[in-house]
Amino acid sequence: MEALTWTGSMSWLNPVLWLAVGIMAVAYVVQIMLSFIPAAGVRTIGTGGVAAANQGITGLIGKVGAYGFFASLGLVVLYLLAGVVMGTGAGIIGGMSRQFVPVWIALIVTFALSIKFKRKLGLYGKLFDSTVGMIGFALVMFWVFTGILGGVFDLVITHDSLSQVSGMKNKLPGTALARAEPADYQWFLLGGDNLARDVFSRLIKGSWVVIQIAPMATIFAFMVGITLGLPAGYYGGKLDVFLSFLANLILAFPVILIFYLLVTPEIVLTGLPSYMAIVLFVFPLVFLAVLLNSRLYTQPSLRTPVMIVILGVIGWLYLSMISNDGALVKTLTYEIPGLPTFLDLFDIGPGLLVVFVAVVFVNAPTVFRIVRGLALDIKTRDYVAAAQTRGEGPWYIMLWEILPNARGPLIVDFCLRIGYTTILLGTLGFFGLGLESESPDWGTTINAGRRLLSLYPHAAIAPALALLSLVLGLNLLADGLREESLRD
Amino acid sequence: MGIFILRRLGVMLLTALCLTFIVFWLTNLYPNLEKLAKTQGNFRMSDEAVESYLGNRGYLDPTPVKFGRWLGVVPGWVTETEDGKVFGRCFGDGTPEEDRPRFCGVIQGDWGFSTVFKEDVGPTVLTRLGLTGKLMLCVILLMVPSALVVGVLAGMREGSRMDRSLSTFSIATTATPEYVSGVIFIAVLASSRFGLSPLLADWGWIDSKTLFLGSATSAMDDATFWNFFLPVLTISLYGMGYIARMTRASMTEVMTAQYIRTARLKGVKFSDIVLKHALRNALIAPFTVIMLQIPWLLNGVVIVETLFNYKGFGWLLVQAASNNDIELLLAVSVVSVIVVLVTQLISDIGYVFLNPRIRIT
Repeated sequence: MEALTWTGSMSWLNPVLWLAVGIMAVAYVVQIMLSFIPAAGVRTIGTGGVAAANQGITGLIGKVGAYGFFASLGLVVLYLLAGVVMGTGAGIIGGMSRQFVPVWIALIVTFALSIKFKRKLGLYGKLFDSTVGMIGFALVMFWVFTGILGGVFDLVITHDSLSQVSGMKNKLPGTALARAEPADYQWFLLGGDNLARDVFSRLIKGSWVVIQIAPMATIFAFMVGITLGLPAGYYGGKLDVFLSFLANLILAFPVILIFYLLVTPEIVLTGLPSYMAIVLFVFPLVFLAVLLNSRLYTQPSLRTPVMIVILGVIGWLYLSMISNDGALVKTLTYEIPGLPTFLDLFDIGPGLLVVFVAVVFVNAPTVFRIVRGLALDIKTRDYVAAAQTRGEGPWYIMLWEILPNARGPLIVDFCLRIGYTTILLGTLGFFGLGLESESPDWGTTINAGRRLLSLYPHAAIAPALALLSLVLGLNLLADGLREESLRD
Repeated sequence: MGIFILRRLGVMLLTALCLTFIVFWLTNLYPNLEKLAKTQGNFRMSDEAVESYLGNRGYLDPTPVKFGRWLGVVPGWVTETEDGKVFGRCFGDGTPEEDRPRFCGVIQGDWGFSTVFKEDVGPTVLTRLGLTGKLMLCVILLMVPSALVVGVLAGMREGSRMDRSLSTFSIATTATPEYVSGVIFIAVLASSRFGLSPLLADWGWIDSKTLFLGSATSAMDDATFWNFFLPVLTISLYGMGYIARMTRASMTEVMTAQYIRTARLKGVKFSDIVLKHALRNALIAPFTVIMLQIPWLLNGVVIVETLFNYKGFGWLLVQAASNNDIELLLAVSVVSVIVVLVTQLISDIGYVFLNPRIRIT
């Protein structure tokens, strides 16, 4: 098998693509230059009060830029479509595009359904009115589907992400597999890393690690932040002073120092992460219990069964989460017994647990401060006063009056914070903390690839670009949501 | 104002004490001490040998006592071995009895001894801080002006093509952590086999093999554009986007204010409106953001110094933390906490001076 080029039989299109990109870039630069010169009256009003397109030189350059943009976009789509049809015939890009077919299908279905029913979907539907939001959502969902389909169902990957193939060490993207069996995928699409593993498959597997941890950790951080921030803002006083001091204390630590202190094998031995997990992970339970009780306590006949069922399930999940091998805390000298193994639904390894705890611990104080600020602002509103006059309890007011009215900024911050958590996970991997060194997550892969960066950059560049695109997608999504939630 | 600053200083002191105590406690957990003993002695030490090594050096005393010793409010430990040697925290073996100080801690100006570098902690931290100071200065000189320019340009005409391009640029930079941009920069600009450098070298545009140097080790003694620009750019880029977005937001808000409309209706030139009327008010909010961004730069510094092998304060933090060098790590965390709290204080005070509508009671 021959080595693949980037675009294969579609190479004749490359000059066209470069031309389109070049024209677009030049037009944009000229346009920005021109905007320093004040130009009056380039926008005329046509009949019926409709604004016509810009005229004159500015209008012309604007049009050229837009055409250049659409031409390049169209060409990129063409490469991907050719890839779906021709597979590796269309080069590395084509081969990857073919591998991503399940992801494309899932994306198209999601977008088609969402746009069709966007008027019935609330804030989520409104997202599809904003281009920026849609681009961000597409990027995020691309990695979510890649993570799920590739990481769980092994659909997208071409090789096993851990097996080493002799003769493929540090090979460039598109190298044909050495001594391939007919059943194997014949190429390393994005080359091999320094242990002769397939970079492309590790990239896909790594997305699953990120997609699993980042949103979960962010949710836990939000639960902690909300459960503590609402009373701090609502009651104020000594409680507020104390909790704010604690939050500022944690925020005054440089993040990397916290990671280096918490995420080490020695600290895992002391059992400290397990204690922190027991404390931090109980917050969702407390949150749900208070949420339901404050709403339903007037109807005990409904409240009691609902609470028992929901808290039972969540409590079971909580106990499964914090107990490992039948022990809550396990150190060299003592052991606190936990859920018996036959009841334990899933095990999180101690390495993963400590990463999770550290990320939640770092994020929670910031969420706390945001929620506290929002609560301070909202508690002066009239509807809160009305609820107080009705005689509602303080927790009802906090969770059913204040929290729903603070949801806009919180949802936006949630998206941004998932991105930030992804960056933090990458930082942990970059310093080789927490996850084991063969883990395919992006930070660890960048760390492994950076040693040979100036000779074989592909092994580090691929996960770096993936992380960049996911975080960029989350930021754009947050921007789109902010725009749309401000509109009404 | 004076009382406000005093109160803030008190809170700062309390925070610093709590933080150092937490760091102290975490580094003094037994598995960490065991690792320390084994790296200092040898890796095949028996458990008893570890115990006696730690016991002789006062590591096994209760944590508050040890913390007091570090602070200098509790007398240092003194050990007399069976063969008659006497040594202690504050003096080495063979010091005459009358020269032995009882207290030696931070209050006495003694920051302890680094077990990794075999040097006193104080001077080590100061040299490294100097190197990082150089880096930070360059970063701030590059980051703040460019972020403000980008923000003001984007914010002066909301919704224009320039606004959209620059806003996209700032979002993209906030989505690029240092370890991603650093890796991309090294691959594209500082690799002799990939990216731009081979092309430029072929065309004869650059004399050296690469456009920039991928390692900043040589910049510690002699910083040039060639070996120092990439680390500076990498740190600045991540911080820049956020400041630029804040500046943009504040600029767009100012541009819709009544007095700007008045100025426009009077017929003032657009450039004069931006420079003379809008800019000063638009720069109040970014000032706070810039000050609060400095502690964040500290994270970037750690990553970039590791990536570019620049042996400054961030590199010191990594060395101290990964070797459990307790006293060095404490000094490092004290410095970083002071940086965080002082920048917060400056941002609060500066805000009051810049914005006469706010008063501190």
